[in-house]
Amino acid sequence: MELFKHTASQLHEKLVAKEISAVELTKAVLGRIDAVDKDVQAYITRTSETALAQAQAVDSKIQRGEKVSVLAGIPGALKDNICTKGIKTTCASKILATFVPPYDATVAEKLAAEDAVILGKANMDEFAMGGSTENSGFFPTHNPWNLETVPGGSSGGSAAAVAAGEAIWALGSDTGGSIRQPAAYCGVVGLKPTYGRVSRYGLVAYASSLDQIGPITRDVTDSAHVMNIISGYDAKDSTSINTGVPDYTKSLVNNIKGLKIGLPKEYFVAGMDAEVERAINKAIEQLVALGAEYKEISMPHTEYALSAYYMIAPAEASSNLARYDGVSFGHRVEGNDIIEMYKKTRSEAFGAEVKRRIMLGTYALSSGYYDAYYLKALKVRTLVKQDFDKAFEQVDVLITPTAPTTAFKLGEKTNDPLAMYLQDVCTIPVNLSGVPAISIPCGFAAGMPIGMQIIGKPLGEETIIRAAYTFEQNNDYHKGFATLGEV
Amino acid sequence: MDYEIVIGLEIHTELKTNSKIFCGCSTKFGSEQNTNVCPVCLGLPGVLPVINEKVVEFAIKAGVALNCEILPFSKFDRKNYYYPDLPKNFQTSQYDLPIAVNGHLDIEVNGETKRINITRIHMEEDAGKLVHSGATISSSDSALVDYNRTGVPLLEIVSEPDIRSAEEARAYLEKVKAILEYLDVSDCKMEEGSLRCDANISLRPHGQAALGTKAEIKNLNSFRSVQRGIEYEVIRQEEILDDGGRVIQETRTWDENKGITASMRSKEQAHDYRYLPEPDLVPIVVDPARVAEIRANLPELPDARRQRLMNDYGLSEYDAGIITSSKAVADYFDQSVQNNGDAKVVANWLMGEVSKHLNSEGITILDCPVSPKQLTELLALIEKGTISNKIAKTVFEEMWTSRKDAEVIVKEKGLVQISDSSEIVAIVESVIAANPQSVADFKAGKDKAIGFLVGQIMKQTKGRANPDMVNTLLRERL
Repeated sequence: MELFKHTASQLHEKLVAKEISAVELTKAVLGRIDAVDKDVQAYITRTSETALAQAQAVDSKIQRGEKVSVLAGIPGALKDNICTKGIKTTCASKILATFVPPYDATVAEKLAAEDAVILGKANMDEFAMGGSTENSGFFPTHNPWNLETVPGGSSGGSAAAVAAGEAIWALGSDTGGSIRQPAAYCGVVGLKPTYGRVSRYGLVAYASSLDQIGPITRDVTDSAHVMNIISGYDAKDSTSINTGVPDYTKSLVNNIKGLKIGLPKEYFVAGMDAEVERAINKAIEQLVALGAEYKEISMPHTEYALSAYYMIAPAEASSNLARYDGVSFGHRVEGNDIIEMYKKTRSEAFGAEVKRRIMLGTYALSSGYYDAYYLKALKVRTLVKQDFDKAFEQVDVLITPTAPTTAFKLGEKTNDPLAMYLQDVCTIPVNLSGVPAISIPCGFAAGMPIGMQIIGKPLGEETIIRAAYTFEQNNDYHKGFATLGEV
Repeated sequence: MDYEIVIGLEIHTELKTNSKIFCGCSTKFGSEQNTNVCPVCLGLPGVLPVINEKVVEFAIKAGVALNCEILPFSKFDRKNYYYPDLPKNFQTSQYDLPIAVNGHLDIEVNGETKRINITRIHMEEDAGKLVHSGATISSSDSALVDYNRTGVPLLEIVSEPDIRSAEEARAYLEKVKAILEYLDVSDCKMEEGSLRCDANISLRPHGQAALGTKAEIKNLNSFRSVQRGIEYEVIRQEEILDDGGRVIQETRTWDENKGITASMRSKEQAHDYRYLPEPDLVPIVVDPARVAEIRANLPELPDARRQRLMNDYGLSEYDAGIITSSKAVADYFDQSVQNNGDAKVVANWLMGEVSKHLNSEGITILDCPVSPKQLTELLALIEKGTISNKIAKTVFEEMWTSRKDAEVIVKEKGLVQISDSSEIVAIVESVIAANPQSVADFKAGKDKAIGFLVGQIMKQTKGRANPDMVNTLLRERL
């Protein structure tokens, strides 16, 4: 099997056994990118030279007999909203098309400390606003399982790169489902950690109270490994949680006997694909057969979560994105005065979806509308959170579809924002309540992957990893490899 | 018509922390442009603020000293508006849950004590500074931004509309400044912009409960401009009302050179700040025990110090009030007294010669070239009779410019008082001999003539003769 088709943990074994070298591995993945990225278009920026240098350094360490970490020498990709010192970080926006941060995100620093090889920066919906990566200010990414369909979003470049063998692992960010939904569409594993588990320092903010960085990987084992590296308190992020990080690989246990799983009936919304529903029901039957205790539960405020999200996230975004004004960094269009410069700069360099959300958020926060929109949305958020609190009094994890359908065709929903927003209906409540969730492959519909979401309690990553691992070990869905139309 | 003047003040003060409110950059004033900056205070993408704990401590100190209630749970909010000196285009401030509320401060105006209630105190970040290419904004075709000040911590202290005159406004501002200085939380240098003030002013007929329409006056950058700006605005509003007009709710700016206020923006043009809770910072939870500890360790404040000076040294309320209105002056006083200076004499010198020299050079006592020790040494020379009071003033003058000790100057210039009676007698006799007409006048009952003779003696001795001895010896011989 080609090297780029392996998982990180498999490749680590080969590296330390000196069956392969990190340079050889990196070249294999770079070769894969050369071969398929013209079709997939997962990367905005490629850092092949530094990647090879990083790989070379790891080989030297191994040669010297030094112990190396599990991601050492393993090539991966970072979503392009994660700041990388000296490397362009664009957020897939024309406004940051030439922005080179003078600092690393905390996660980038942590990965560098573990000698991970960084291949480049992955495409995304502009400023992480979208669910298809069609909102990239540069070009759309294509789903490796069917190039005519979207990879999901907003971390579509990261998910597509992992699915296509253009990266062994990747980091994405998830504000309303942006790790889990593309992972589901691309048939890979995506984990959104508990809010505060991973430092947001250096993650370009979309909606600060919802954003969280997490891994996109080929299997649950790799997800646990990446989580071990990126998790933990960071003095630079006041909202990061100051508690110890467990060894998540200890949760890679093929056993869910006695685990209480809940199915919230409200998640089976109108418009849900029958194949998706069938796959989830089948998965639940299987989990029960493996020893889980099943319970149907109710989370009555679920239907309001999407509306609340589209008040809160744009409100924060309208403030977070105010700094892109052409004054001291980023794109600038000159004007006759400062106001004209602001207007021209922002009109020209922001895409339609970003403008739509800035307007929504500005409106929601405006005097006279604040109470009716933003404040009400905050109250709904509290109710959604309480739904989770109550659910977790009864069960250990919740099982839902990750998205109502499988990947849709490019262009299918671009003129219908509401239809696009509905793709996040199962993932958004998780962000509003701050709990962790993982999406793993659980079947196929018409050849396209289906994702199952397992939601855990706050800081309950270990439990969802164990449930996901158990399901994965008893199935083969994750072993399929996107064909890219190859025979 | 005679109106009641209603004023509320918003005081902004920069806190003298070493580092900025949300990052580790220096707060040093006067550094080269854009050198005290980092990704956080420049608002670059992806960075996050972290609260400087010292700012919270200073805010609690100020809150306690201004008799406020410290809220156990407060939070930061974003105040959104576009301006090029604000890199994020929002200011991180506190909106509905500020650190301190419901305080008050007693001030004295014209011998009467008056209570000014304080609505709230909140923490926020300062903005940067625009440097325009031309002489004025309108004549400039470009501007540069200096971000050194961006993120310097500020406290905003908001009073209730309890102030009734420009004098009260000034007294209140001076007292707040004194307290902040005593607390050592701010330099309060209005000339460097570390203390700034906006005034909300309205008028209403006496006896009317409802407030009149207010105008907010900005750019009041000195005590003098606070007083003048308010005085001007009151007259402006009076004239409008007397003419049967209506005051427009607006923001006006004080023009120090022209001595007028001018409209900046109307209510309709006012910003909608679209406040939202700052999602990048966690709420500030203050343990009551921490407040109690800060309260217990507060330094002596101006009122207590004034009382102490009255009780311990018998200073008048007026003198004690003047000396304690500035912490630095009060410190100078205390150091001088500790150095065995007579309290009343020190007080007189501080309010006399020292203050006269400081004012004429436009400096504060912190830059006084004569140290408390040097001053008390000078006073000791008077006490011992080595020099007279009059000579002492000459010596002080010399100390001010040369920075030498009093004793050195007295020796170098031969200013030691002549107290040797035989030496004085000789001069007295020669003056009597040389001025027979004055002697005759005196003997004829013209008391004034003796003044002339004393003057002649002092002239000959260059003022060094002991005046008491001169008087006695002269009268003996007449």
